[in-house]
Amino acid sequence: MSDVAIRVEHLGKQYRLGGPQVRYATFRDTLVNAASVPLGWLKGERRPQKNTFWALDDVSFEVKHGEAVGIIGRNGAGKSTLLKILSRITSPTRGRVDIYGRVGSLLEVGTGFHPELTGRENIFLNGAILGMTRREIMRKFDEIVAFAEIEKFLDTAVKFYSSGMYVRLAFAVAAHLEPEILVVDEVLAVGDAEFQKKSLGKMGDVAKEGRTVFFVSHNLTAIQTLCFRSILLMNGTIAEEGETNKVVTKYLILNHANKLEPINSRKDRSGDGKLRFTGCEIISENNQITQTGKKVIFKIYYHISQDSVPLRNVAFSISINTFTGNHVLVFFTEETRKNIPFIFKDGSIECIVPEFPIAGGTYGINLYSAVNGILADYILDASTIVVDDSSYFPDGGSKHPDHPLYITKHIWSIENQK
Amino acid sequence: MGTLYPNNQAFHEAKLDFPEPAIKQTEAIPAGNYVHTAILPPKGWAPLALGELWKFRELLFFLTWRDIKVRYKQTALGAAWAILQPVLTMIVFSIVFGGLAKLPSEGFPYPIFTFTALLPWQLFAFALTESSNSLVGSQNLVSKVYFPRLVMPFSSVLAGVVDFAIAFVVLMGMMAFYGIHLTSSLLLLPVFLLMALASALAVGLWLSALNVKYRDIRYVVPFLTQFWMYATPIAYSSSLIPEKWRWLYSLNPMTGVVEGFRLAILGKSSLDVLSLSISASVVVVLLIGGLFYFKRMESGFADII
Repeated sequence: MSDVAIRVEHLGKQYRLGGPQVRYATFRDTLVNAASVPLGWLKGERRPQKNTFWALDDVSFEVKHGEAVGIIGRNGAGKSTLLKILSRITSPTRGRVDIYGRVGSLLEVGTGFHPELTGRENIFLNGAILGMTRREIMRKFDEIVAFAEIEKFLDTAVKFYSSGMYVRLAFAVAAHLEPEILVVDEVLAVGDAEFQKKSLGKMGDVAKEGRTVFFVSHNLTAIQTLCFRSILLMNGTIAEEGETNKVVTKYLILNHANKLEPINSRKDRSGDGKLRFTGCEIISENNQITQTGKKVIFKIYYHISQDSVPLRNVAFSISINTFTGNHVLVFFTEETRKNIPFIFKDGSIECIVPEFPIAGGTYGINLYSAVNGILADYILDASTIVVDDSSYFPDGGSKHPDHPLYITKHIWSIENQK
Repeated sequence: MGTLYPNNQAFHEAKLDFPEPAIKQTEAIPAGNYVHTAILPPKGWAPLALGELWKFRELLFFLTWRDIKVRYKQTALGAAWAILQPVLTMIVFSIVFGGLAKLPSEGFPYPIFTFTALLPWQLFAFALTESSNSLVGSQNLVSKVYFPRLVMPFSSVLAGVVDFAIAFVVLMGMMAFYGIHLTSSLLLLPVFLLMALASALAVGLWLSALNVKYRDIRYVVPFLTQFWMYATPIAYSSSLIPEKWRWLYSLNPMTGVVEGFRLAILGKSSLDVLSLSISASVVVVLLIGGLFYFKRMESGFADII
């Protein structure tokens, strides 16, 4: 199989519990251990099994040359461990990896930058650290400087750089690596929005040039843009693998199952607590899944703190978002001048949407409430809404590949030009 | 007419004009021979693979260059420190040991006698300190980038050579001042210089690897260098050591190095072949042991640093 770039077989990595953070064992511990272990062994005791956990467990997959593969997963799912093994920073406990081609890995930008050295010097130093030869760096030097937009400060020590300049320079060096296989971790999350866009574009170019890219990010949109295929890691094992959109959907659903803690017991909320949301119910026609274009009622339950009764001028908002963080739709009593003048006791409020305009998919719901202009309660992703649009166009035509966010009624007409 | 969307052939054709949503699999680089790397769990004692170090020689060069470049940045005196450190030590030694204690100096002016020894000693002490701290001082590099970790202690040791060269020029000036002439034995100097570097590297390898796991090392090193200095014939001549203990004294590799320096520069020293071979053997054993120990610990560095 000559077209395989990375082959991972039954890969496992074990850490001691508390993991890499358990740092400074002292000489004394080791000496005491060395003395006590054989003693205990003589007495017939077994060496105590240390608490361990598998950061990666029996992971197998293949990546072909020219493929861009995304790795998705929550914090602690094993993404970073996998990247560290692939880039040979740490070694596996079990299994094996075969890599065909030169690997360049970017787990961080600006590794090895020295604050006392100038931009020019750091380009060479960082390039060498990332595995470029001096010749290669000299060839790309001008390109790197132009990309980073730091021409004027090339001979200034980087400790005088603004953080933006620093990050741009760091990324620019990294972006000009030209290995056959590129392993990238989260490095696009640097700089301002415009620079991020530029970086993402650069990564896209790399993938288009036919190099193999192995890409980890929390930015699902970036993964969807860059990678055709993805792998979802959960608790150190592969939970899903395949076309990126499919894997992303699976991730959102799994991720969500964890989040559907009752609103009552959610701790990750802000506000002074004069009013607290206790529940969110989505009522669709015929008690079925929400259909695009049909009536939906959002019913929000709340509890109020008795010592501030009556609450005056209470504002509510329900906002609907994609999981990649885009706000799609907001219903806000402030906007519609429908703030509730007085609330005396616990109850619920309904927001009725006669024709729900959002296309099929799973969305998060943020709840917000303010009492007389002061934030009372705010919960991100308090609930989810699953929308189905398969019957919106009754003739059952095929779907547009771009996954729009909205669907609305429309009419086509044609004028024959003579 | 019915619904035009989406059962319309034109729609499907028009779709071609939309931008591609994701980068699909593209043509692979048409190069036949890829380098194959296998990543396997570590198995105890590994071969040294010093060839890898050669492959990363440019990185070694850049890290050494960085250490040299950064050393005296933002200091008022700059590289003058490379002169001041040995010279001030020499003055103190000359007053205390040469002047007050009247230690014999093999017939040479005491300042020359001790400065000749301070040259390799300061190189050794500096290289030892820097290299034992090299991994821990670059945690960031170790946990984020792959390269043979041996590069770190190596580059720390090499960076000391510049200070050595500066101090060497000072020594030459002093020799001229005292009217002492160099002899052909100076040709031996590179050998002893190499031996000093090898000693520092040997000990540095052990200490840097240990330091990753046991941060006690950073407290041990200052004491170690201090004691070690008194166990080395810097302020005194090794001829003061009784003959029957000379072999034990020679187990200190720096004994061979320092007396060797005196031989090479002053043309005369109490160095004998037996002592030198003992010192040299100790260096070789420490160095090879250090390399293997370092290599064995290497795979775990990123996890525990």
